[in-house]
Amino acid sequence: MKVLRLGIGLAIVFAASWALAQGIVDKGVTDKRRSGTQDMGEALQKMQDDDTANPGMLFVQLGGQLWGKAAGAAGKSCADCHGGAASMKGVAARYPAIPKGTDAPVDLEGRINLCRTANQQADSFPPESRELLALAAYVAHQSRGLPIAPPDDPRLAPFRTRGQDLWKIRQGQLNLSCAICHDDNAGRKLAGVTIPEAHPTGYPIYRLEWQTLGSLKRRLRNCLAGIRAEPYAYDAAEYVMLDLFLMDRAKGMTLESPAVRP
Amino acid sequence: MPRPGLLAAALVLAAPVAAAQQVAPQVVGDAIPASLTGQPGDAARGRAIVANRSIGLCLLCHSGPIAEERFQGDLSPSLAGAGSRWSEGQLRLRIVDGARLNADTIMPPYYRTGGVQRVARSFEGKTILSAAQVEDVVAYLATLKD
Ligand code: HEC
Ligand code: HEC
Ligand code: HEC
Repeated sequence: MKVLRLGIGLAIVFAASWALAQGIVDKGVTDKRRSGTQDMGEALQKMQDDDTANPGMLFVQLGGQLWGKAAGAAGKSCADCHGGAASMKGVAARYPAIPKGTDAPVDLEGRINLCRTANQQADSFPPESRELLALAAYVAHQSRGLPIAPPDDPRLAPFRTRGQDLWKIRQGQLNLSCAICHDDNAGRKLAGVTIPEAHPTGYPIYRLEWQTLGSLKRRLRNCLAGIRAEPYAYDAAEYVMLDLFLMDRAKGMTLESPAVRP
Repeated sequence: MPRPGLLAAALVLAAPVAAAQQVAPQVVGDAIPASLTGQPGDAARGRAIVANRSIGLCLLCHSGPIAEERFQGDLSPSLAGAGSRWSEGQLRLRIVDGARLNADTIMPPYYRTGGVQRVARSFEGKTILSAAQVEDVVAYLATLKD
């Protein structure tokens, strides 16, 4: 019943958002960068800001349950090692990062899966699984409102540079680059859709089109499919490199996870 | 119409979207004067291709006099009047490979397979439109006289 009402509510809000003029929203006086949230209609922005209406919050709740649940051969929960949610404050704002004892960066989902395999001695969660997204949402939610703050680790520089190269190359049958849309044509309309600046401020996001929560990786795969490019494999380093580049580009912007997107 | 011509046209239509080139496009100046199929295109079919978001994709970037399509793009000039600004040959080159006119263009090369990277497997080696579809689009654009 509750689910049904939420569904209907979503449909109404969704329809309304199309009708609303694309909002001209207060942006910082000096910082001209716009979060994708600001490109949405007012109804969707309200949905995102209201924890009782934001469907992403259901995943945050589920993540909270998983956080306290023992798993794997180690029989330990996340909470057993990390304590309360407060221990995760600021973590999402500085990922991807290079875990201790390794030399390649992982994104937040990758870090959670490292704890699954190395610390809980359990199987890693499959990409886009409910559990992985819920835990990522739970962890990211603890940084909501904080500025994006990439770590000051010189070892990340070559990975970030490679991410920037990937951002600029044309690819796919349509022969387009990320930069052509998100740098050169941001704010313009691609068919009916305002092209956002592509800041990773809200991930994981609840996307109405998906009817579920999804990762930044899934969003990037959608953009690659849109230009008819072969998506990188789910475990490809390319996503982490693009994530590093995007987080650096969005440095100082406010994290809004879990955001809502049409 | 002579029978061989009809047969050739039928083959082109029967071929999957974006089959191998039927007639290698001959660029003369800023145009491809000759039809890629040796036949004139069909403007009504061309309009449907232009309007279709997963076949022509034109309205992702362009607007045009296609009132029933509410969501149109504004990344590029309106298609209205294209037929009075350009000859059929000029329009054909623009669709086949706009990079021949503007190396930095963002308009996809609709009838070129080389020079693109990391194409999705299901589209590999294929052109975005077939020769016959290009001709239909050209025929439609030529009718847009403002
Ligand atoms: C043809 C234009 C186009 C290209 C090329 C493109 N995108 Fe996008 N991208 C979009 C549009 C349009 C959206 C918003 C979609 C929506 O809301 O339905 C989007 C959304 C995004 C978002 C989500 C932003 C948010 O606020 O949640 C990110 C991140 C992104 N793109 C990154 C990329 C990357 C990385 C590439 C290159 C691999 C890329 N895009 C290529 C058009 C494009
Ligand atoms: C056996 C103990 C243990 C368990 C169980 C465990 N972790 Fe960890 N976790 C660690 C250690 C140790 C680190 C590394 C800390 C460091 O590098 O300083 C870590 C790091 C992390 C980080 C990155 C923190 C940062 O500051 O960069 C995240 C996120 C994380 N864990 C999430 C989880 C989640 C989610 C679970 C449950 C699925 C979990 N962990 C289970 C021990 C554990
Ligand atoms: C990714 C965006 C994009 C797509 C998709 C696209 N175009 Fe274009 N088109 C452009 C841009 C940008 C220009 C402006 C000239 C330039 O930059 O090369 C242009 C120019 C044109 C022109 C010349 C405009 C004039 O009158 O000056 C025509 C005609 C045209 N396009 C037709 C089409 C048709 C037909 C399709 C679909 C089969 C299409 N375009 C798809 C971006 C696009």
